[in-house]
Amino acid sequence: MSDTLLDVRHLSRRFDVSAPWLNRKLEGLDKTYVNAVKDVSFTVAKGQTFALVGESGSGKSTIARLIVGLLEPTEGEIVFDGTSLARGLKGAEARRLRRRFQMIFQDPLASLNPRWRVTDIIAEPLRVFERSMNDRARHLRVGELLTLVGLSPEDGLKFPHQFSGGQRQRIAIARALAANPEFIVCDEPTSALDVSVQAQILNLMKDLQDEFGLTYVFISHNLQVVRHMATEIGVLYLGRLAEVGEAEALFATPQHPYTRMLLDAVPDIEMTGRRRKKVEGEIPSPIDPPPGCPFHPRCPFANARCRSEVPGLTRRGPQAAACHAVEEGRI
Amino acid sequence: MTQPVLSVRNLTVEFPTRRGILTAVQDITFDIMPGEVLGVVGESGAGKSMTGAAIIGLIDPPGRIAKGEIWLGDQRIDNLAPDRMRKIRGRRIGMIFQDPLTSLNPLYRISRQLIETIRTHLPLSQADARKRAIKLLDDVGIPDAARRIDDYPHQFSGGMRQRVVIALALCADPEVVIADEPTTALDVSVQAQIIDVMKEICAERGAAIMLVTHDMGVIAETADRVAVMYAGRLAEIGPVASVIKNAKHPYSQGLMGAIPKLGENLDRLVHIPGSMPRLNAIPQGCAFNPRCPQVFDKCRTHRPAASEIEPGRRAACWLYPEVTEA
Repeated sequence: MSDTLLDVRHLSRRFDVSAPWLNRKLEGLDKTYVNAVKDVSFTVAKGQTFALVGESGSGKSTIARLIVGLLEPTEGEIVFDGTSLARGLKGAEARRLRRRFQMIFQDPLASLNPRWRVTDIIAEPLRVFERSMNDRARHLRVGELLTLVGLSPEDGLKFPHQFSGGQRQRIAIARALAANPEFIVCDEPTSALDVSVQAQILNLMKDLQDEFGLTYVFISHNLQVVRHMATEIGVLYLGRLAEVGEAEALFATPQHPYTRMLLDAVPDIEMTGRRRKKVEGEIPSPIDPPPGCPFHPRCPFANARCRSEVPGLTRRGPQAAACHAVEEGRI
Repeated sequence: MTQPVLSVRNLTVEFPTRRGILTAVQDITFDIMPGEVLGVVGESGAGKSMTGAAIIGLIDPPGRIAKGEIWLGDQRIDNLAPDRMRKIRGRRIGMIFQDPLTSLNPLYRISRQLIETIRTHLPLSQADARKRAIKLLDDVGIPDAARRIDDYPHQFSGGMRQRVVIALALCADPEVVIADEPTTALDVSVQAQIIDVMKEICAERGAAIMLVTHDMGVIAETADRVAVMYAGRLAEIGPVASVIKNAKHPYSQGLMGAIPKLGENLDRLVHIPGSMPRLNAIPQGCAFNPRCPQVFDKCRTHRPAASEIEPGRRAACWLYPEVTEA
């Protein structure tokens, strides 16, 4: 597709979780690593919402941090609008690219400086990216942004602790929008919020997307929220993509056994009387992942090949799954 | 007619502070029948956990039960002396808290914690208590219980730990289990397992459960009846299917519409403007009136009581002519 905005290619990131040097020498231990993200590839088209779902430890937040440059990839490449964000991107070019994407974090209380007034918080990206802007223009712009996210310009004089959780997340959104980005990475933006407030924030994010043609990478563990927001979904399991595809198709006909299990596990709030299959097991430790397909110890369709060989993504219509059983037509 | 195993009558919990008295729970009345699962939902600050804490007598001072009665079977328990309450807590009322790591002692083996609890409440020998503990672990679905009983809490995964906590709550075969957000710290796939365990256990042992959670999905899967709380008050209570499909109170209607669902893809979710009032600024009249789309004059001045509007259903909303003033 020509309107690809973000292209993530074979992204991997491992963390060193070894014991301290002295312990290693005394106890004869090797270095240990966690492969938080392993060989993940996906593309995000302009104006779309790409959601990453997965349970804790699946690597979704690591991917968010890799995309915005808070972490550097061990392997692989991230291409934003034709330019590779490889290591060493510096100076004016970095600034030009960086202002085009922003991030919203899970906990707005932790991501807003408690000792700054809201005006200063929202104006900070403007001070960095719009150096020629004068104080008056900046002040007006902050007022505009506050109105945009459903607060009033007078709220700018207050401090973050004077707001409720939902309002704080609105402030974080206003700050993310300050520099007119095209692309926002949202890491669990509503999981700290109550449902009625979550609905407000999700509606706001959708409205802003329509208004400014924003592209989102939306990270969440909540499948209902993802279903509501996403046009495209990637399902992560132990740092690898288990399945990726169009949201509609993925929810209607999940291919990968893990996706099926995950959808099955969602509580049946509509009370359709759907019978749930029994869910087996839990995510194993990422320090010592099972060989072969990482899902095989929990998978009802696993065979010898699954236990030894890592499956690659194979595309089938609107979605692609990394599963030997799907590839061989066993399920 | 059977007697309710737990009966809460006009419960009011207050916190006296320097700036006046805060009412965390106001005038709540409900019953739980033997073997029934009552879900209690609400957003943060709705008073749902506080209601649970009041029942087990664990309100932190200076909080106090200012009004109302709590009956466990035919015994009144809200005014018991602390040492008598301690004999009931764990024996007749079991507790499951949100975070399994903080409800287990990390320095003791699971076996010691289970056996200690069992022997505190039941006249069993060490060996019998151990047998009972293994049986309990087996019941809550811990594989190879006889071996794992001597593990420490950190050797269990999150879901397994929560199973241990459930076993701990069931040690003395309580009549009621208060489960406060038992699945909130867990992933969806594990949450589904824990819900299944709780449902099975409840059905087998005939224990009633008061399930406190903010997750309507968990309620839909588990509960027989549901109580919706808002700003410390009961907004609505009734059978779970009818509350979910046909909510009466505008707050529960909004709450249901605000939850994204798998089966449908709406463009927008129902928008309840504003957020829950703080305890020191609960509006006059109906607490929900500033956010209510159907508000009228009476709502701003008179507080509705949760009154029966249909057999088995109560709601606190002036839209229904049966509703009386509190």
